[in-house]
Amino acid sequence: MKISPSKIISLLFFIFSGFYLYTAHQIQVFTFDENAAFNAKTFPIYLGYAGLLFSALYIILPETKPSNVNLKVLDYKKTITLVILMILYGLTILRVGYFLSTSIFLVLSYIVLGEKKWTWIFILSFPFVAIFMYLLHGLLNIYLRDPFLQYIGIMG
Amino acid sequence: MIEGILIGLETALSLKNLMMVMIGCFAGTIIGMLPGLGPMTAIALMIPITYGFEPSTGLILMAGVYYGAVFGGSTSSILINAPGIPGTVATSFDGYPMAQQGKAGKALAIAAYSSFAGGTIAAIFLLIAAPSLSKVSLAFRSPDYFGLMILGLTAVSAFSAKGHFLKAMMMVVLGLMLASVGQDTLSDIPRFTFQNMNLSDGISFVLVVMATFAMSEALTIIFKANDPTRVAKQISLSQLGSIKLDKIETKKMITTIPRSSVLGFIIGVLPGAGSTIASFLAYGMERNFVSDEEKQKFGKGSVNGLAAPETANNAACSGSFVPLLTLGIPGSGTTAVMLGALLGFGIQPGPRLYQTNPEIFWSVIMSMYIGMVILLILNLPLIPYIARVLATPRTFLIPLILFFSVTGIYLMSFNNFDIYLMIGIAVFATILRLYDFPMPPLILAFVLGGLMEENLRRSLLISDGSWSFLWDRPLTMIIMFIIFTIVGWQIYKSFSQKN
Repeated sequence: MKISPSKIISLLFFIFSGFYLYTAHQIQVFTFDENAAFNAKTFPIYLGYAGLLFSALYIILPETKPSNVNLKVLDYKKTITLVILMILYGLTILRVGYFLSTSIFLVLSYIVLGEKKWTWIFILSFPFVAIFMYLLHGLLNIYLRDPFLQYIGIMG
Repeated sequence: MIEGILIGLETALSLKNLMMVMIGCFAGTIIGMLPGLGPMTAIALMIPITYGFEPSTGLILMAGVYYGAVFGGSTSSILINAPGIPGTVATSFDGYPMAQQGKAGKALAIAAYSSFAGGTIAAIFLLIAAPSLSKVSLAFRSPDYFGLMILGLTAVSAFSAKGHFLKAMMMVVLGLMLASVGQDTLSDIPRFTFQNMNLSDGISFVLVVMATFAMSEALTIIFKANDPTRVAKQISLSQLGSIKLDKIETKKMITTIPRSSVLGFIIGVLPGAGSTIASFLAYGMERNFVSDEEKQKFGKGSVNGLAAPETANNAACSGSFVPLLTLGIPGSGTTAVMLGALLGFGIQPGPRLYQTNPEIFWSVIMSMYIGMVILLILNLPLIPYIARVLATPRTFLIPLILFFSVTGIYLMSFNNFDIYLMIGIAVFATILRLYDFPMPPLILAFVLGGLMEENLRRSLLISDGSWSFLWDRPLTMIIMFIIFTIVGWQIYKSFSQKN
């Protein structure tokens, strides 16, 4: 028997709702609030039950409109590479600084997606980020931490 | 009233204030176009600047920024399916498909005309009916608000999911669950934070909307790049099309605009409801009003489907000024920021504002008309240039969308936890979208989560824990009846389809 991916997602949501409901019951409320008509865990408990109900209904009832997705044509390689690049970007943005990490992220992303116009790759990375940073930092006075630019003496 | 209008016109038409409306509209459009930066951010950025101005000038500038940002948000919704604010999520349902069909110019023109018409009609309503409408909004109690929010969520699930009602309801619950993360508003008790300090303030709206729309859209484009069934997203400049509307399109808009303006304005007047509910409800309502043939076009580039939410969200913007100016209660997050600014000027909005500061009350109302005209004059000629964003090759556009999304979040929190959380949500959202789990219900539920809990809390406490509040008042009962009708209709439809 083949189970549709939508039903598998609903099953996962059912498990998640169960976990959410369990965690909602664990919320510590003030003693005087314990028997109140409404306290900090009331709404989450209702939500947990609602999640269980809707996901159970989807699992039990027949699908009226099944989703057809051809998994063979999906581009996993580029998508996963982009996600990894974003994670690395998040990792370096505070340590290396906004300018260098953003520029490198953009250059690598353009290359991953198959761009070969090197002039545009350059323009839309380092100078573009520099202008954007100037707008934020210089004009709007939004502080951007950048250890790299501080190290080379461009930023104070 | 005529004396007030003259005072307002005199103030609003002064050279300085006219300049402020223009600057506000332009700056708002640019800021609103950037995914993640909505009117709230735009107005917040203006607050330090306005402190040097007279209160009326400051308010006029902020009102201009507000309308500009709402229009700018629609632009990014239409062009790159990345709504900067929840109020323009419904705009993307039909605006983005239109852009994909090579009618980006037309979609932007419809958005501009609808925004103008909705905003102007609502400003007239505001002028005539502000005092009496404040009484209507006072008639709404917590149970009615709670019912209205469930109605909004059910309507969105029913109308936006196209046959995936249960999937949409699961997304609604997920959105409410995400909104419940962080400290409880009343007791400050941490919920679902797992002792992580980064979660104690809850999950930011911008983070969720960026992850589920902009980032997940970008990932989906790459993910499905080789799918032959998918319409090519890349649109060349020659495909942007004209901004001129034909007779049929104009006729469709003429029928849509008045009803969406009325609905948007009424919803906008209700404190807390705002442009998001207005746009979603207008979209749902319009779908019910149009012919079966037009109904099939909804979600695929319908003129009515685009004009309705655009008209309603601008009408709601004007409507949200009613509770702010007459009751001192902000009708939306954006007007809440403006309330903060007013208090900063030493002005307490409320029923006495008419008497104590008539020039402020009337000049803000009059500046709305002027703002709408300026917005139209400013944006229509710029549409071909704005639409050029589409000509950016996908290889450049996708990394730039990801960059704007990450930057938007980084600028808000300056930590990388939020970036990781956003990437995580975006990956899940991409998978969910692949299997037709709709994202708009999740977003609306996330926005309404806090308000819904607040109103349920009040309702349950008033009725001593009994759920009878759902049928005690006629107004609540009517709302509940509409909800049950929508749910019943969905059940009937799914069974009749199966048979």
